[in-house]
Amino acid sequence: MKQLQGVNDFVIRFANVNGSGSASANNLFAKAVFRMGVPVSPKNIFPSNIQGLPTWYEVRVNEQGYVGRRGDIDMVVAVNGQTLRQDYDSLVPGGYFLFDSSKPLPEDFQRDDITVIGIPLTFLCNETFENPRMRPLLKNIIYVGALATLLDMELQVLIDSVNRQFQKKPKLAEPNIQALELGYAYAQEHHPDTCQLKVQRSDKVGDAIIMDGNSATALGALYAGATVVGWYPITPSTSVIEAFGRYAEKYRIEADTGRIKAAIVQAEDELAAIGIVIGASWNGARAFTATSGPGISLMNEFLGLAYFGEIPAVLIDVQRAGPSTGMPTRTQQSDVLECAYASHGDTKHPLLFPCDPRECFDMTADAFDLAEHLQTPVMVMSDLDLGMNDHFGPPLSWETGRSYDRGKVLSAEELDTLTTRWGRYKDTDGDGICYRTYPGTHPEKGVYFTRGTSRDEYSAYTESSAAYQANMERLELKWETTKRLLPLARIKTPFPKARLGAIFYGSTAPAAYEAIELLHQRGIDINTMRLRAFPFQQEVLDFINNHELVFVIEQNRDGQMRTLLINEEGLPSDKMVHIGCYDGMPVASRSLVRALEKAMGGLGINLQQLSTQGGTQ
Amino acid sequence: MTFQRPTFRHPDLPPNSAGYNLRDYEGGISTLCAGCGHDSICGAIIQACFELAIPPHQLVKMSGIGCSSKTPAYFLGKSHGFNSVHGRMPSIATGANMANRDLVYLGVSGDGDTASIGMGQFVHAVRRNLNMVYIVMNNGCYGLTKGQYSATADKGTKSKKGSVNALESIDLCELAIQLGAGFVGRSFSGDKKQLVPMIKAGLAHKGLSFIDVISPCVTFNNNPESTKSYHWVREHSEATNTFDFVPFRQTITTEYEDSVDQEVRLHDDSVIHLHKHENTPDVTDRRQAIDNLEDHKAEGVILTGVLYVNPESADTHDILNTSEKSFNSMGVEDLCPGGDVLAKINESYR
Repeated sequence: MKQLQGVNDFVIRFANVNGSGSASANNLFAKAVFRMGVPVSPKNIFPSNIQGLPTWYEVRVNEQGYVGRRGDIDMVVAVNGQTLRQDYDSLVPGGYFLFDSSKPLPEDFQRDDITVIGIPLTFLCNETFENPRMRPLLKNIIYVGALATLLDMELQVLIDSVNRQFQKKPKLAEPNIQALELGYAYAQEHHPDTCQLKVQRSDKVGDAIIMDGNSATALGALYAGATVVGWYPITPSTSVIEAFGRYAEKYRIEADTGRIKAAIVQAEDELAAIGIVIGASWNGARAFTATSGPGISLMNEFLGLAYFGEIPAVLIDVQRAGPSTGMPTRTQQSDVLECAYASHGDTKHPLLFPCDPRECFDMTADAFDLAEHLQTPVMVMSDLDLGMNDHFGPPLSWETGRSYDRGKVLSAEELDTLTTRWGRYKDTDGDGICYRTYPGTHPEKGVYFTRGTSRDEYSAYTESSAAYQANMERLELKWETTKRLLPLARIKTPFPKARLGAIFYGSTAPAAYEAIELLHQRGIDINTMRLRAFPFQQEVLDFINNHELVFVIEQNRDGQMRTLLINEEGLPSDKMVHIGCYDGMPVASRSLVRALEKAMGGLGINLQQLSTQGGTQ
Repeated sequence: MTFQRPTFRHPDLPPNSAGYNLRDYEGGISTLCAGCGHDSICGAIIQACFELAIPPHQLVKMSGIGCSSKTPAYFLGKSHGFNSVHGRMPSIATGANMANRDLVYLGVSGDGDTASIGMGQFVHAVRRNLNMVYIVMNNGCYGLTKGQYSATADKGTKSKKGSVNALESIDLCELAIQLGAGFVGRSFSGDKKQLVPMIKAGLAHKGLSFIDVISPCVTFNNNPESTKSYHWVREHSEATNTFDFVPFRQTITTEYEDSVDQEVRLHDDSVIHLHKHENTPDVTDRRQAIDNLEDHKAEGVILTGVLYVNPESADTHDILNTSEKSFNSMGVEDLCPGGDVLAKINESYR
């Protein structure tokens, strides 16, 4: 048998029971890899359940910095009896199977192409620790200790991490360190030189952080000055609000009064959540909600009112697989069309597509500026993988002196100096954006009545067809203005002669970039464009026009972004090739390579010809 | 028919203590049916705001959808207004109130808007005890869609076409008392003497003031057998109390025949003086207030007046312990923790 070998380049999967405290042990392992200077990418694959169902934690270790999911499993830590068989079978040939040998493996576990490593976790744990409540937690720590031996890791890094985690409760650090040492020593004694996968100290981390997208999103809202939150709990968006609440408790408390400079209102449903956001934004506060696809569905009516009433609103959509009774703990990018055209009547909304925590932070903060500048709802399209998993990436930064763009809002002084009659929906600047006022600004001037579209540009009631149509045309002009304000797509054209292009967005990006590189190594050159916003700008169209064939890679079945591109830009559908990954798992680079090759084969693309024509670099 | 309201007002009409005249509280011409009870309620709102001398621009009026929800266009023309979506006024009001706690929030809704499509939003705004006045113009039917029964229509009531309502009705006042509203009253659009001080007391109360006003629909639900008709309500209602409202720092100028039986001091030191019959319940006791409603219902009598007051109730801002400064006046210096803090946060993710 040829054992898998690799330094700082492998995938390890932990198979646990949900609710057994495994996440913190597995996270301890991932953090230790990170703190040894090696890029790492953990993915929590969890059920819609609090306790008892299987859960997995997949950690990719990659020196080169590819932190998308790779696919295939090199090593399994199997501590869940329910999935033992599945985990055993999931290993690639040459892989390593670590299991709790307090109970022997069933007799029919007879693979001869993997290395089986038994550690009697339960036995060791029960022998050493008295407290029965602590035992299940410490059992997990023991296998982390054993991994330190097997993977040749620095035990001290793990010990330091434990101490840091329990800074405020040093008594708890003690048994955890003991458990680490227990596993470490056992593996040294019984499994020396067994595993050929190694973690070696490196310097590839730099100033990177490892953070979940939802926390970054919450910080973006905090930094952007959000004060009102209307929300309803829904996986996988809940932790956005929880994080915002934690940070607000820390950074938004008035020193003198102890009062908080934020109102987080848990609403009765998503209809009320968005209503609270709209009411607050209308009244001049920065407000947002975080939700997922089913929540967006419920918010549809109000989104139309905000669009036509021209009221700012920031929505964070942490996408998941549909429908409401669907797979709430599985990731997808399947709300694109729902969000782009949410509501009835002619409506369309700016969308932003962050691909890592740094962009979650930046784009959320920008979303407030955009929503207020454009006086319309803006949605930040995150997803479960991006939002709930920890991601290796650049640190967050806030430009010193950055101010808030509150948009066209008239103050009492400005109202007094107006020389022409003010109209709430009167476009005086030619950009489709009108001036608004907050209630209470001026005793005599700037008052208006907010209603849908049965009004003229002074917001006075009318059912005039001409007034309605003129308003719709102005909103279309505002849509053109929108394009100029949105972040541009990230276009990479290292292959000037390449005939193929690939488009992707959001959390698909890391795996897609890696797949494109893998294909390049096989002689297939593909230029890339990572979309960052809707509506699309001219650059997007140019990129597509400059390539013969464009793959649109996304995590949904129906090719929603492809549909949006074709619809908005009038593109021929046969030029836009859909590559969909929609099994609910974060997209993996290896399966993406297979999908792209299959698509090219199906289209009769001669790979040989491509490699000679395109591979000039 | 003309859509021009004459602008002439008698020059000797005195302004209120804030210097505003009654006309400063008026709105556009009503487009409701002639004789609609809602118009009388608008008149009472105008009168109450005038008498309380609320600067019009310091008040925000909000509504959902329906005949009642059209009315904010007919009063307080110098106030910002928001006509939202059906049954969703409470969430808009919640957001607006969170953004700026310094303004007065007046929500107007109907029985369809509140007791059916907006029931969820209504009960939860009450639970939050949002600082606002929530007026339901209650006519027991859907006017704009031509007369269907609403959820507040009494069981057994007969429509103009003779069909009988077979469904149990929802008593919004009883619900509001159960769910924690700090001020609950019921009145009749035809009783301005009662309605004006009730709205004033509701405006002075801190927390959610719920006022259910029976307001007959002259077009679809004013037949004699309808329990929401002018005739029926006049014949079958009974006031649990008469009262006068004394705003903070204002001396009592009216003498009442009855002696004052109960005095309720509100958060801003305004006082409600209640005059009532012997043995009528204590309006600050929740259970007595509910029993009182049920007892009268059993007798087929509509109970009006101030039904319940809890002057000590905590509103949403109190519950959330939010800043006393309005959020919409805060800027980057108040809200953004800055780059140094972010550097520390980054460090905690390494």
